[in-house]
Amino acid sequence: MSLLEVKDLSISFEITDGTVNAVNGLSFDIDAGQTLAIVGESGSGKSQTVFAAMGLLADNGTAKGSIKFGDLELIGMSEQRLNKVRAEQIAMIFQDPMTSLNPYMRISDQMVEVLMQHKKMNKSDALKESIKMLEAVHLPDAKSVIRRYPHECSGGMRQRIMIAMALLCRPKLLIADEPTTALDVTVQAQIMTLLSDVQKEFGTAIILITHDLGVVAGSCRETLVMYGGRVMEFGKTKDIFASPGHPYTKGLLSAIPRLDTENAELASIPGNPPNAMTLPKGCPFAGRCAHTMDKCWDVMPALEPFAEGTRLRACHLPLEEMN
Amino acid sequence: MSEAETLLRVEDLKVYFDIRPEGAMPWTKSLKLKAVDGVSFDLKAGETLGIVGESGCGKSTLARAVISMVPAESGHIVWLGKDLAGKTGDAIRPVRREIQMIFQDPLASLNPRMTIGDIISEPLWTHHPKMKKAEVKLKVEDMMRKVGLLPNLINRYPHEFSGGQCQRIGIARALILEPKLIICDEPVSALDVSIQAQVINLLQSLQDELGLSLIFIAHDLSVVKHISDRVMVLYLGNGCEIATSKDLYAHPRHPYTRLLISAVPIPDPSIELSREVELIKGELPSPLNPPSGCVFRTRCPKAQPLCAEEKPKMEEKSDGHFAACHFPD
Repeated sequence: MSLLEVKDLSISFEITDGTVNAVNGLSFDIDAGQTLAIVGESGSGKSQTVFAAMGLLADNGTAKGSIKFGDLELIGMSEQRLNKVRAEQIAMIFQDPMTSLNPYMRISDQMVEVLMQHKKMNKSDALKESIKMLEAVHLPDAKSVIRRYPHECSGGMRQRIMIAMALLCRPKLLIADEPTTALDVTVQAQIMTLLSDVQKEFGTAIILITHDLGVVAGSCRETLVMYGGRVMEFGKTKDIFASPGHPYTKGLLSAIPRLDTENAELASIPGNPPNAMTLPKGCPFAGRCAHTMDKCWDVMPALEPFAEGTRLRACHLPLEEMN
Repeated sequence: MSEAETLLRVEDLKVYFDIRPEGAMPWTKSLKLKAVDGVSFDLKAGETLGIVGESGCGKSTLARAVISMVPAESGHIVWLGKDLAGKTGDAIRPVRREIQMIFQDPLASLNPRMTIGDIISEPLWTHHPKMKKAEVKLKVEDMMRKVGLLPNLINRYPHEFSGGQCQRIGIARALILEPKLIICDEPVSALDVSIQAQVINLLQSLQDELGLSLIFIAHDLSVVKHISDRVMVLYLGNGCEIATSKDLYAHPRHPYTRLLISAVPIPDPSIELSREVELIKGELPSPLNPPSGCVFRTRCPKAQPLCAEEKPKMEEKSDGHFAACHFPD
């Protein structure tokens, strides 16, 4: 049985100008101990999807559909019950480690609070456990760092502290929302190595949300490509990179400059991402796709299996004509 | 390349900032933050020089010092044979016409209360106050077409545009004075991958068309490699290595460059999963109190006692390949 199962999820926001359809009929699942990457550009709905699972949507947002964590339905769950699931079962780390730590509290107080609340530990045990966890994320000199305030730590240290804090209750699922976007490449390499070590040690499943295809290539078994709030393609990461099954994925892969090859000109995708308030009736990528046909504008292609059912794609264009 | 004239020569440039220590008494001496500490390079006409380094290495300060947006402590900035260091106001204004800048945050660098037409034409009014209104409008519309914006958008405001389009407006504003050099400070790092490729391609085609030189600052090594002829690596305000982009990435001589390149993930699982990533240990030292000798020695896998005593000079290790290291790879 899968650990987290998202079925036909739609998220919309009511704003003064109308309705923003951030996510439209999204389905995927992730097994225990696995790593799934959700890839997409800004506004593709990747963050809102996991916010919905964590009950973190803004007040004007509504989620329809189902997000099941084991037997628990997360959508519509009361705040009180959700609080038991959050931190204990599912934990999340965010893009900007500075704004997601409390600037008024010492690291120790922030970490101890989690354990006292969820594990009913006493303070001195909680402190010992927190130091142990900071050492597990390879933070040098954990005993003195834990006494500091967030602003006294560097970006990489803060992200390690965030990861340690997320792991305190040994969650089954860790959601990482752009965990390395704000960091330098050398620190990014350290954090990605740490996440894979953590996964081996604690057996946590990880959902990694990112726009960096390089990071995905090195760390995730499966990849979900999103665009305009819909799934464009899903499959094993190595299959998707070797032979993308959707024109958007293909465009994305050839738009990034690479260190290991020479490319004279980057293949750019023309145009801009669609406005989530005025999405076309059909495929959201229709306006930028090189293979657009008449029916692309009117009918959203269904997410259908191909390549012996191991992969999924949502495109009207026959696979043979992809090149 | 060698016969092209040298546009810009920067020699031993130092930029220090005064920092008041926390709780300092009025008579306490302020601390010197060494943002740029003795960087030298030159730039030929039509060439693209990439500058890479991690945050806090001084790449943006270096760019700002070149156009005298921040004063240099010492050193020379020689633009077409004239030394700009220490010059301000009227003395520097004619040169500013020839060196323009593009900034990182496309929306924040445009005045939200000005229309696109006003933003792009402002440099013309400043530097050519006698130009006729009709001529200005013609020039602006022409420039908008060149950067891929429809001229009928001339009366719109910045908030009506997407990030990629705002960056095009920034490029148009930089190009309107027909400069010789454009300094791009992280021009694509705020953009999505698909839009990033559009802006990079635009910059390259404009460079070919107008014969521009570019100083391209970024923290993304792949982007810098793609666009640059030569690349300079900075660490803690010091130049580590300068070489042609191909040479630098294929045969890095400075240990920092090698570690930096190794940290960049390659978007191909068949390579990335089998690749051994060499991690840099430790944290970046404070520029208020940089290590003695070679600034990278505290994190360098090859550090020797000599590295703590003597600061390595930027030397030519092989043809056109400069590195500042006592024990180059």
